[in-house]
Amino acid sequence: MAENWLIKDGRIIDPKNGIDRQGDLLVLEGRIAAEGTPVPASARVVDASGCWVVPGLVDMHVHLREPGEEYKEDILSGTRAAAAGGFTAVVCMPNTRPVNDCRAVTEMILERARQGSARVYPVAAISQGSRGERLAEFGELKKAGAVGVSDDGLPVRDSQLMRRAMEYAGDFGLTVISHCEEPSLATGVMNEGEVATRLGLKGIPAAAESIMVYRDIALAEQTGRKVHIAHVSTAMSVELIRSARARGVRVSAETTPHYFTLTDEAVEGYNTLAKMNPPLRTEADRQAIRQALADGTFDAIATDHAPHSVLEKEVEFDLAANGIIGLETSLPLALALVREGLIDPRRLVELMSTGPAAVLGLSAGSLAAGAAADITVIDPEAIFTYTEDQVVSRSRNSPFLGWRLQGRAVLTMVDGRVTFSRLET
Amino acid sequence: MATGYFFPHRHILGIDHLSAEDIEHILTIAESFKEISARPIKKVPTLRGNTIINLFFEPSTRTRLSFEVAAKRMSADTFNISASTSSATKGETLIDTARNITAMRPDIIIIRHAYSGAPHMLTRYVDAAIINAGDGTHEHPSQGLLDMMTVREHKGRLEGLKIAIIGDIMHSRVAHSNILGFTRMGSRVHVFGPATLLPPGLDRLGATVCTSLEEAVRDADVVMTLRIQKERQNDPLLPSFREYAREYGVTREVVALARPDALVMHPGPVNRGIELMPDVADGPRSVILDQVTNGVAVRMALLYLVTGNT
Ligand SMILES: [Zn+2]
Repeated sequence: MAENWLIKDGRIIDPKNGIDRQGDLLVLEGRIAAEGTPVPASARVVDASGCWVVPGLVDMHVHLREPGEEYKEDILSGTRAAAAGGFTAVVCMPNTRPVNDCRAVTEMILERARQGSARVYPVAAISQGSRGERLAEFGELKKAGAVGVSDDGLPVRDSQLMRRAMEYAGDFGLTVISHCEEPSLATGVMNEGEVATRLGLKGIPAAAESIMVYRDIALAEQTGRKVHIAHVSTAMSVELIRSARARGVRVSAETTPHYFTLTDEAVEGYNTLAKMNPPLRTEADRQAIRQALADGTFDAIATDHAPHSVLEKEVEFDLAANGIIGLETSLPLALALVREGLIDPRRLVELMSTGPAAVLGLSAGSLAAGAAADITVIDPEAIFTYTEDQVVSRSRNSPFLGWRLQGRAVLTMVDGRVTFSRLET
Repeated sequence: MATGYFFPHRHILGIDHLSAEDIEHILTIAESFKEISARPIKKVPTLRGNTIINLFFEPSTRTRLSFEVAAKRMSADTFNISASTSSATKGETLIDTARNITAMRPDIIIIRHAYSGAPHMLTRYVDAAIINAGDGTHEHPSQGLLDMMTVREHKGRLEGLKIAIIGDIMHSRVAHSNILGFTRMGSRVHVFGPATLLPPGLDRLGATVCTSLEEAVRDADVVMTLRIQKERQNDPLLPSFREYAREYGVTREVVALARPDALVMHPGPVNRGIELMPDVADGPRSVILDQVTNGVAVRMALLYLVTGNT
């Protein structure tokens, strides 16, 4: 049962509705109440002084591992980690076992998510089994609740298949999300460059990504359909996306906290917690990514939350699985960009809530009267060290363990129901 | 040795971790040990009671034998575990293997592994001193040290020498160790090979990347060639050995561009007629057999130093 809440004395930041004001936000029966609505005596009070009150954060790229790899994460543990990180909604990729390429899997995910601590929006596979051969049944998947399609983790090699996917997905209002890597070039285990040479590790050149980014832009331009570029890691990709957007191509894009925070130097010492796909790049790439977050080239910061156990990570670097968890560190790492003056708080909310909601057409990212009370209260100043015992996710594969971070969610609420809280309420 | 110097490394994972002072110290000790191999009774008691495990996940006769001879000359007990006899082939992980070996309480583990960084990983799971005997395409520090020892023995110094390294720089852990080592000792390292086999960033490691064989070899004090492999994992690196030999092979004419007293080196085993012509490999300037002899001395020095001697 949703309660009534009065979130008092916060800085309310709601870019979609042009709001940035100091004051109270009232939640009645799970919905945002209009300003000036009388506060019922039953309303519980949250002291949000010194905090930001923003529309619930949306992570448009996570791997929840259920069904099939529940020892790494499941929908319940993954959404708990999401809530702890300030997210009220997550978009889960289809590379589960089995692959989410049919109604049964999509429905099963949504069914399990009812008990979860965040809204879960499934992305279904582009191709049956993500084998890159035949299109999955987008119509049925849409009806079952899929919000987009992607063969994430397995780049779509076949350009004709990608073209048809964009055309056909458009008929159902689904966005194609592309993991951009040219497979024949992406055979290494880290970014190609000086560090890889020094460590004797096989490199993945930046061109492996930009070639596919360009292909997908060209297909979107050709078909007039939408494409969303997932986890952008290179300066060249940024450049291609920026110029395509300038000429009106319907391309959107996301990057991750690790690409704007780390470089391939993090691999030093054969650190498998710095192994991901696409790989961490150079400082020049990192700077280009940061610039693109500021200038509007990116629509979203997504985590690519990819839980793995020690079985996949405490092995030789070449054999280690790709990916890191990110739900619990995304907000503090993004807040660092605000403190550094690269983006303002309004832009942060765009990148972490309004933007991803808009790309996928989700009804999130707004604090307008009548909207579902999906709210995140952020203490932008709180300083903490992210240690293993704090990790909420079932897996602990984070390169940010031991980092001193600043700023985090103190209250997360979905439909007026508290999913995570550090506050006395 | 100068007073006040203590060899600061518990493990030998790569030349990258060694300072010029460390290298100098290792070479000096190796030179003093070389004499032992020339004695009628080639054995000293220095490492008596020490247990050394040769943990080889890749086939290697030369390096394994060299380490084994070095250990035996110092009276250590040695045990060989190769991939075919260990349980690595049965899906046991490197960590499992390491933990099992730890139960045998070795003092030193010498590891050869197909993956770069495997020796680093081992240091996190076992108590023993780890010596990297070649990991993936990363480093082969004992080979780099024996190459430096061989050059110094013939030239009397390393500083100021021009070292030409020719061939597959990308996949050669020997080249990586040598670029780092010779550079650190004040030599000028010039590298050349097909562009498909020159990884990015070599200049940042201290090497000069040449655009022709002639540029690399001209006036060199040392011409080192590397073993070539035609293709790896479907990566079309070279059209043929025949063309490689013609375009990049080190012939007598190529060596003639170097200084008259230049040394010809190769980490072995040599593909005669491909990267190195037989008359050069077996010619008067070749020090390939000295490399083998010095290998034992350098490895004795490393075993000596990682067991806490100075
Ligand atoms: Zn991906």
